[in-house]
Amino acid sequence: MLSRTADHLYWMARYSERAENLARLLDVNYQMSLVPHDAETERSSWNAIIALNSLEYAYAKRHDEVTATKVLHFMLRDETHPSSIYSCLRAARENAHAVRGTLTAEMWETINETWLQLRDQSFAEIHAGGIAAFFDWVKQRASLLRGAMFGTMLRDEAFQFIRLGALLERADNTARILDVKYHSLAGAQQSQGDDLVDANDFYHWGALLRSVSAFEVYRKVYRDVITPERVAELLILREDLPRALHSCMGGIVRVLEKVRNSRSDETVRRAGQLYATLRYGRMDDIFERGLHAWLDAFIDSIGDLSVRISEDFLVGA
Amino acid sequence: MTTLFFDEMHDGDATTRPHYLPFETWARGLSPDVMARKRAEADLAFRRLGITFAVYGEEAGTERLIPFDTIPRIIPNAEWKTLRAGLKQRVKALNMFLGDIYNGQDILRAGRIPADEVLDNAQFRPEMRGFKVPNGIYAHIAGVDIVRAGAGEFYVLEDNLRVPSGVSYMLENRKMMMRLFPELFAQQKIAPVEHYPDLLLETLRAVAPAGVDDPTVVVMTPGAFNSAYFEHSFLAQQMGVELVEGRDLFIDHDAVYMRTTCGPKRVDVIYRRIDDDFLDPQVFRADSMLGVPGLLKAYRAGRVTLCNAIGTGVADDKSIYPYVGEMVRFYLGEEPILNNVPTWRCREKDDLRYVLAHLPELVVKEVHGAGGYGMLVGPAATKAEIEQFRAVLVAHPDKYIAQPTLALSTCPTYVDSGIAPRHIDLRPFVLSGKEVSLVPGGLTRVALREGSLVVNSSQGGGTKDTWVLENGHAEPHR
Repeated sequence: MLSRTADHLYWMARYSERAENLARLLDVNYQMSLVPHDAETERSSWNAIIALNSLEYAYAKRHDEVTATKVLHFMLRDETHPSSIYSCLRAARENAHAVRGTLTAEMWETINETWLQLRDQSFAEIHAGGIAAFFDWVKQRASLLRGAMFGTMLRDEAFQFIRLGALLERADNTARILDVKYHSLAGAQQSQGDDLVDANDFYHWGALLRSVSAFEVYRKVYRDVITPERVAELLILREDLPRALHSCMGGIVRVLEKVRNSRSDETVRRAGQLYATLRYGRMDDIFERGLHAWLDAFIDSIGDLSVRISEDFLVGA
Repeated sequence: MTTLFFDEMHDGDATTRPHYLPFETWARGLSPDVMARKRAEADLAFRRLGITFAVYGEEAGTERLIPFDTIPRIIPNAEWKTLRAGLKQRVKALNMFLGDIYNGQDILRAGRIPADEVLDNAQFRPEMRGFKVPNGIYAHIAGVDIVRAGAGEFYVLEDNLRVPSGVSYMLENRKMMMRLFPELFAQQKIAPVEHYPDLLLETLRAVAPAGVDDPTVVVMTPGAFNSAYFEHSFLAQQMGVELVEGRDLFIDHDAVYMRTTCGPKRVDVIYRRIDDDFLDPQVFRADSMLGVPGLLKAYRAGRVTLCNAIGTGVADDKSIYPYVGEMVRFYLGEEPILNNVPTWRCREKDDLRYVLAHLPELVVKEVHGAGGYGMLVGPAATKAEIEQFRAVLVAHPDKYIAQPTLALSTCPTYVDSGIAPRHIDLRPFVLSGKEVSLVPGGLTRVALREGSLVVNSSQGGGTKDTWVLENGHAEPHR
C-alpha cells in the first residue's frame, strides 16, 4: 500500500488511542480528586498530568496556576495545543479523512461522527454534562471504532498499520501512567502508615487499575488485597491483559512480522528483543533495576521503534 | 395558471406528465411529517458519511453539504435514448477533433474552424503535438452539461472534458433514495447506475500503454483540501485502486512509480483529478507542489496513460463550443443529434455589436472560465453591473461569448415555503475507452434560489436523483 496511506492510518490510530488513554488518565485523576485529600496532593497530581505529557511550557503560557478545572479545560478542550483530547480527535479525523477510502464505511462514519459531536461543544457544555460522562463518551467512541475495525475490516496491510499505531501508542501510555502514578502512590504509602491513608490508597490503586479497565481483572488474577508490586506486575508482565506492556509488545512483534520489507530487519530485531524482556522477564529483576529506570528505558525503546517504523514503512522510497 | 417554463413534472395546464404519475400518486399518499422526517434523515446521513465539498474562499477546510432534494428528476426512456445517442456522437467527434488538432490538423486545413481560434487558444498544448495517445482517446471521462429550454428541447450547454466532477453525487443520491424510499424502486423500473465505477475501471484499463496486460490504475488527487476530494476518494475506493497525491509518485527512466510500504510499484494508468497546469512542474507551473516532475516526459514516451489526456481544454473552451456541430459533420459525416445553444462570438464585430445592444437579455461568459464566477446573467443583473460588464466587454471582446438567456426547465423541489418549481440541468458522464459508454441519467443539479439559473454547487445549487425509466422489457445499461 502507499506509504502515505499507511502513515495516515498509523497516525489516525495513534491519535484515537491517545485520546482514549488521556480520557482514562484524566478520569483516574478526577476520581482520585473526589476522595478526601489535602490541597498539595491534589495540585501535585494535576501537575503530574501535565508533566507526563511534557506540556509544562504550553500550560504555563495559558494558565498561571494549577487547578483541577484549569487542567481539565486544558487537557480536554484546548485547541491551541496538539495534546488535548479535542486536538487528538481532530487529528484522528483529519488523518482518517485523508484516507477515508481505505477505511470501511462503518469506521469512517464512527470517527467522523465522533468529531462532529465534539466539534461544537464548549468546555462549559462538557462540564455541565458531567466530566465523568464525557470521559465515558470518549471511551465508548473508541470502543465503537475498535469494534467497527475488528468487525468489518479486511485483514490487509491497512489493518496492520492501524494496529501498529494503536499498540505502540497504548504501550507508551500504559508505561507513562504506571510510571507517574506508581511513584506518587508508592511514595506516599511508604511515608505514612495509618488506616485513613490505607483506605485512600485502596481508592487510588483502584482508580489506577480502573483507568486501564483492570480492576476486576486484578481481583480475578490475585484474589487478594491490592499491592503496588502486583499492580506493576499486572500492567507490565501479563500477556493476556490488552493494556499490559507484554500484550502490546506481542502484538507489535506479530504485526511487524506481517508487514516486514527489505529495510525493516533491524526494526523487527529490536522489537523482538524488547518483547523478549517482557516475555521472559521477572518482576524481581525489574524492581532490582528500579521500576522508574526500567519504565524510562522502555518508553525510550518505544520511541526508537516509532522512529524506525516511520523510516522503514511510512516515509516511502 | 400559466407556466413560463417547461416543467418536467407538469405540462402547461398543470396536468401531471404520464412518466411522473406513479411518483405523484405515491407522494400524495405520504404525510408531510413522513416526508420531513425522511429529508432530515437524508441530511443527517450525508453529514455522517461526510459527503461534503470544500468551499473556496471561506475558512480553510470548511466543508459543506450539497443540499439534496428528495423529488427525483425523471426522464422517459425514449428521451434518454435520443440523449444517449447524441452524447455518444458528440463525445466521439470531440475526441476525433483533439486527435486531429494535435496531429494532422485536417479540420483546420479544410477551413471548417478558423486555425487561430484553436492554435492561439490558451488551452491548446503544443506539448501534445505529434504524439499518439492510446486508442486515440483524449477525453476518457466527459461530463456534458445539458439543459432543457423553451418548449422542452434539449441543448448542450458545455462539454466538460478536463476533470469533470459530480459523479459521486449521482451515485450517492441514488443510494440515498433507495434507502429512504425502497418502495418506489419496487414499483417502477428505474434504470440502475451503480455499475458506474466498474465501467470507469474498464475504461481506464482499456487505455493502458501498449503491452501492459494487467495495468495498475491509480486515482490522482490534489489532496484532502480540494473541493472534490470526497469524490476522488470515493472513486478510488469503489474501483479498488490507490488514491495518490503527486508526492506519492516519482519517475525513474521515464516510468512512473508509487511509493509503497513494500518499495516502489509501477503505475500504468493515472486517472488524474488535477488540472494540466499542476501536473508537472518541469513543464507547466514550476510552483506546483501537486504534480510529479518528469511526468510529461514519461507520458510522451508512452510509458503511462493520463486520463484525461493533457490539452483537452481546447475542445471544451467556450470559444470552440460553437464549432462542435461542425466537428460532428466533418469527422462522422452525420448531422448532430443534440442542439448547441446559439452563441455570439464577441471577437466578431457584428456579434459584438448585437451583444452590446442586448446585454440585459443575454448571458455573457468568459471563454477560459469555469465554475460560474466570471459571467454576466443579463436579466438578473443590476444596471450598474451591466455597465461594468459592458466596459470589460469593449476592452476584451475576444475573451467573451454571449448566449440567449435560456428558459431552463424546472422541476418541483422542496424549499422553505413548501414545494416550488426550481431550474435544473443535467450532467451525464460519458466514458470513452474501447467503446463509448454511459450509465442512464447523470447528475441533476438544481438552482435552489427562486428564479436563479445558476446550478453550480459553489453558487448555492443542490442535487436530485435522476431516474431514467425503463420500458417493459429489460435492456442492457450502456
